[in-house]
Amino acid sequence: MKREDDFEVRRMHIANLTDEELYARFWETTKKVIDPLLELGKNNTTPSIERAVLLRMGISSLDTKNIVQGCIDKGLMGKGAGHVVYKFSKAKNISIKEAGDLLAKGEGWDEAASLFKG
Amino acid sequence: MKELKHNEKLDIENILKDLDKYEPRRKGWTWREHVPRQQMGPFIYLDSSKPLKNGVPLPPAKYFENIDPQSMPVITTEIASGRFEDDIRRMRMAAWHGADHIMVIRTAGQSHMDGLMEGTPQGIGGVPITRKQVRAQRKALDLIEDEVGRPINYHSYVSGVAGPDIAVMFAEEGINGAHQDPQYNVLYRNVNCVRSFVDACESKKVLAYAEIAQIDGAHNANATAREAWKVMPELIVQHAINSLFSELIGIKPGNICLSTVPPTATPAPCVFMDLPYAVALRDLMDKYKMRAQMNTKYIDSSAREATVTHVLNMLISKLTSADIQSTITPDEGRNVPWHIYNIEACDTAKQTLIGLDGLMEMIELKKDGPLKENTREIKERALLFMEEILEVGGYFNAVQEGFFVDSAMYPARNGDGIARKIEGGVGVGHIYQRDEDYMAPVTAHFGYNNVTQYGGDPENPSALIGGCTFEDRSKIVYIDELDPEDNVNVRMAETKDYRDNHLLKPEMEWLADGTIMINMFLPVNKRVAEVAAVEIAAKMGLLEPEVINREVMQEAEGTRIELKGKVPFDVDLSKLIIPVEKEVLSDDEIRDDVKDFPLKIVAGTVGEDEHSVGLREIIDIKHGGIEKFGITVEYLGTSVPVEKLVDAAVELKAEVILASTIISHDNIHYKNMKRINDLAVEKGIRDKVIICAGGTQVIPEEALKTGIDQGFGRGSSGSDVASFIVEERKRRRAK
Repeated sequence: MKREDDFEVRRMHIANLTDEELYARFWETTKKVIDPLLELGKNNTTPSIERAVLLRMGISSLDTKNIVQGCIDKGLMGKGAGHVVYKFSKAKNISIKEAGDLLAKGEGWDEAASLFKG
Repeated sequence: MKELKHNEKLDIENILKDLDKYEPRRKGWTWREHVPRQQMGPFIYLDSSKPLKNGVPLPPAKYFENIDPQSMPVITTEIASGRFEDDIRRMRMAAWHGADHIMVIRTAGQSHMDGLMEGTPQGIGGVPITRKQVRAQRKALDLIEDEVGRPINYHSYVSGVAGPDIAVMFAEEGINGAHQDPQYNVLYRNVNCVRSFVDACESKKVLAYAEIAQIDGAHNANATAREAWKVMPELIVQHAINSLFSELIGIKPGNICLSTVPPTATPAPCVFMDLPYAVALRDLMDKYKMRAQMNTKYIDSSAREATVTHVLNMLISKLTSADIQSTITPDEGRNVPWHIYNIEACDTAKQTLIGLDGLMEMIELKKDGPLKENTREIKERALLFMEEILEVGGYFNAVQEGFFVDSAMYPARNGDGIARKIEGGVGVGHIYQRDEDYMAPVTAHFGYNNVTQYGGDPENPSALIGGCTFEDRSKIVYIDELDPEDNVNVRMAETKDYRDNHLLKPEMEWLADGTIMINMFLPVNKRVAEVAAVEIAAKMGLLEPEVINREVMQEAEGTRIELKGKVPFDVDLSKLIIPVEKEVLSDDEIRDDVKDFPLKIVAGTVGEDEHSVGLREIIDIKHGGIEKFGITVEYLGTSVPVEKLVDAAVELKAEVILASTIISHDNIHYKNMKRINDLAVEKGIRDKVIICAGGTQVIPEEALKTGIDQGFGRGSSGSDVASFIVEERKRRRAK
């Protein structure tokens, strides 16, 4: 878009604000821009967020990618990759690390997926 | 590890040992400690911080009791040559010159890598950021900060499509500062905008937990826009979006730093334009910290020009505020920064900020006139920008419509902004809505997290797994190397002979890179000069010669050239003969000898030379010169003919002739020395007088070749001269 500088016209509604009022209005407006972005963050996840969860669970960076891919393939991202490993480890009565190792190798996915059915 | 000795090199091999067991000693960012009204040497500083235990002071410090005052702002230097092992040595040098914020730029392309990199591959234009590399550098900085006596903040980037992965690794490894700004990903790395913001929520939550100071990426709009000074309203908008976004996620305002650049540079009237912007920004962002960056947009290849721009940038910092003063190396316009320019940049910052110490106790910014008017206008333009983002339906729509990095001053539009589609970019389509039973049993996870389904505590989700890596370091998986060829061990083996101090090569960025820089003036036009310079370098035997700076002195009369090249040879240090440094007698020893054997000297600046300062400093009692030892000096003045100097020695029966020779054109200084020696022989007094000569261009070994007894170069003092004379008299008396 091309536009001439219409600052003088555009500023009419803020021209008479004091510096303090301008400050307040600036930050109120900024918050309105940001709020929906925060909402998106609260209610969504991504492969990198899930890898970062798995890392914190003590899973090697080499394995996090495979596990997240497995979750994508099985439609389990909405559950959380960490959740999948957690639930799988409970069901098999093995450690988080052992569960992560199996899933990273591509094993146990049908079982893991079935844990979230119904 | 044992502490560093200031006269021993860092043992890189040792730093790389046992990295799997390394644990960071602290987390979070450290600011400098203010010392009110600090007395150092003869001066009082109003804005200075706690001094270093070890450091290299500015060159003139020798006139001021070697004091090395440190400014209040933390000083940043960016070090990332592609070989992190060589960068460690540069970090130590920078710390000695006052840097306490070391930033490591990532290798090209890392921001598009999906996941963490591991091992120690060589980088391009930066360093591959990996757990091993980060541990090695943080471990080295532990030693270095103990040596200089001030905490050093270590910093890199949390961006790209693996932002959250990297944030977690940084939190685990005790990183102190990080760049994090989703807008940067969107605009400059073309990462999908929704993905970028969703990821940023998680990254920022982790940064908040680790108390890592966050720096935003807004300054890049300045570096990218065609007419950089016109993006001022947008810069404020970008800063505001990232800052408030970060604060609402949980980063405390004191750890939210704005990367702000004075937008323009000379020959624009830059201070007049940049100051209202700086004031507007600080007014609006008063809760947050300022990381004052330097202008890179208009840097060319002249290091002098860049340095002046940066000094003007720091004037803005001083007139407003800076919590972190970033430095840009003055060779940024030429190449990946060299060692010496990192150090120059740190010194420039230290010198400028200390030179301006206390300034604001004497002056203040005007509260009316153009400063006030322009400041208000910039704020209004920024607010209008933010309002229009809402009008078009929010941030993503604004990005899609090319609101950002448009080169017109908002609300004007040039239509050349960077537009990114909501459904486009790297990582698009990888956003997944969290289900009702979504769960992540870890600390510092942002957003919806249903741990209660398993009886977990929402305040402590990781309790479900007995603590995550943030509570239990033993759970961290350390990976050493993945690539058997491309790693630090292979690189270190190649340069081993240079590391054990056996062989020596000049270096600019990597050990034994062989690079040198040559300055020359060529009396031809620019085009011819560039070609001729390369030919000259080839004749000197330099490999890969390349002109890195050319400046016209006058179109026809000549060109200044700076050229780099690599030397094809080594110096074998075991075969190098290094003359022993002379020991200087104590003041008392000199005084006692002069008391027992009174000493008379004739002195003067010889040739047609009106310089007197150097010789007066050697002689005058008030400069701590040789008169203080009770030596009688007959000072003949400047432009003394050599004959007169020798005649005076005969007449006054002086034991010493002391000549000052500043002018070195056509080696006239050495010719005069020889002439004095020859005249003394002719007049039959050579064995009765000690002949000394000094000057800034005098090399002692060369002076001796003229037949005189001693030469004194730059930096010589009265004590050096008196010490030599007394010792020489003792030798002669012993004969």
